[in-house]
Amino acid sequence: MTPTLSARGLVKRYGRVTAIDGADFDLEPGEVLAVVGDNGAGKSSLIKALSGALVPDEGEILVDGKPVHFRTPLDARRCGIETVYQDLALAPAQDIATNMFLGRELRRGGPLGLVRKLDTAKMRAEAQRVLDELDITIKSITQPVETLSGGQRQGVAVARAAAFGTKAVIMDEPTAALGVAESAKVLALIDRIRQRGLPVVLISHNMPHVFEIADRIHVHRLGKRIGVVSPKTTTMNQVVGLITGALRLDDDGQVTEVESAVQTGLSG
Amino acid sequence: MTTQARAERETLGEFFLRAPAIGPALALVVAVVVFSVSTSTFLELDNLSLVVEQSLVVGTLALGQTLIILTAGIDLSNAAAMVLATLLMAKMLTGGLPGIVALVLGVLVTTLLGLVTGSLVTRVKLPPFIVTLGLFTILTAAGKLVASGEAVPVAPDSLLAWLGTRRYLFGGIPVTYGMTLALLMYLLLWYALTRTAWGKHVYAVGNAPESARLSGIKVNRTVLSVYLVAGLTFGIAAWQALGRVPNADPNAYQLGNLESITAVVLGGTSLFGGRGSVFGTMMGALIVTVLRSGLTQLGVDSLYQDVATGALVIAAVAVDRLARRQK
Repeated sequence: MTPTLSARGLVKRYGRVTAIDGADFDLEPGEVLAVVGDNGAGKSSLIKALSGALVPDEGEILVDGKPVHFRTPLDARRCGIETVYQDLALAPAQDIATNMFLGRELRRGGPLGLVRKLDTAKMRAEAQRVLDELDITIKSITQPVETLSGGQRQGVAVARAAAFGTKAVIMDEPTAALGVAESAKVLALIDRIRQRGLPVVLISHNMPHVFEIADRIHVHRLGKRIGVVSPKTTTMNQVVGLITGALRLDDDGQVTEVESAVQTGLSG
Repeated sequence: MTTQARAERETLGEFFLRAPAIGPALALVVAVVVFSVSTSTFLELDNLSLVVEQSLVVGTLALGQTLIILTAGIDLSNAAAMVLATLLMAKMLTGGLPGIVALVLGVLVTTLLGLVTGSLVTRVKLPPFIVTLGLFTILTAAGKLVASGEAVPVAPDSLLAWLGTRRYLFGGIPVTYGMTLALLMYLLLWYALTRTAWGKHVYAVGNAPESARLSGIKVNRTVLSVYLVAGLTFGIAAWQALGRVPNADPNAYQLGNLESITAVVLGGTSLFGGRGSVFGTMMGALIVTVLRSGLTQLGVDSLYQDVATGALVIAAVAVDRLARRQK
């Protein structure tokens, strides 16, 4: 099967710092792929490259097997790849419908199109439909986003991505700022997006969340992918070991302990 | 569960958040009622008409100021640009140019000044406060240089004075062309701000510029367009000013910039950007003139009127802040 979104040999350098060091990436159709890694492992840079927020120095990005060149987040969005940023990228003072269509408003046709009139009714109906479909409960589609709870705001941002994403949705730490109950709702939301057939890239530090929702886990370390494991055959401790470098992934997919290069004299 | 949640009533605070011009409108009604009861002259049609006329210049300046403040900017040079335009228009007219040419060129000057301000704000990334503070000083001096420090009268029958001299009766109320034009401008910008994508982008850019950028909005282009449109309204404010007094005076409207900000703030628009409405500003501009007119008729000294206006600004913002905190 052709991956929906993939990358080969991505490199990004900032002066003498190499943020992405020959990273590969594959998102299969219809899956939830978790991307895990330590702080500074280069997850964010990888995700930024995939969502168009940074342009890699080397390597290529492919959508449905075809090479693409993202210069801005808008390019990625035009390809059907939507990103839910950690700070959600919402305008708090504006209402839900306005936020969902921000930057791609629907205009009225006919003579009213000449005066560039917005089709507010259609945008509200459409926004409501997507929220209902994803089972996100809000009082009114016309309430300002700032009147929503953190989980509801996350819901609006995710719904926007789901509504416009035709290829993939990338979510950057969607549960980081949420409590237990709201996190569970967001995970359920990710599951519903998967059921709609849209693959999801989930960047997360939260291992229980990753193991609850992901089909596969992409482990990132020192600027590259060191392996992809299944949450069914790998334990949380093993994944943590892979992230920190205490464990490594053999060519046959087995997780083994890394032999210490320096004898500490404590264990032997 | 969904229907139950949706059946919840909107709270009063939410209603005010959604319709921010309601508060200023209520304040205006209260002021009109108080003065109508406490004086015998305030409610006369001629007086009401005069009150509206007196608010036209600041009201038009405040319209452009509203746009700029919505983007979290501010314009301290708007009145100076307007005064310069009145002088240029009057000079051109006395120099023999047709009124229409003088008018168009005058409006062009303020529009270009808007372009300059907008470019410095968006390209050079200078704070609007600094840019317009500098321009305010420059333009004030430029006005005095253009006129050699003297006022330039405009023939009352020329096109330039037209907005104040031409009037018609609307249901017995004398209405000037200037009032009609101001109303049309407010309606037009209300439409542009609330019914077009451009308006949504103006609010988004002021409210959350980074979110706007990530949503694909061209932030710089939007801000620049706001300064251009505002510049245009300042040019039309110059036309309104010549309609009020057909005499271009380099020393007039020295506090016009602050008065326009006062009207915007009284109208409930946030100085932090992204919240507010042009109808709020219309109410704000009217409140100031109603207050001054009413207090004058009550025999209150104009310095005490200043005190009242200043206190009102602080009170308006305090009420707004408290209402928000309660939510």
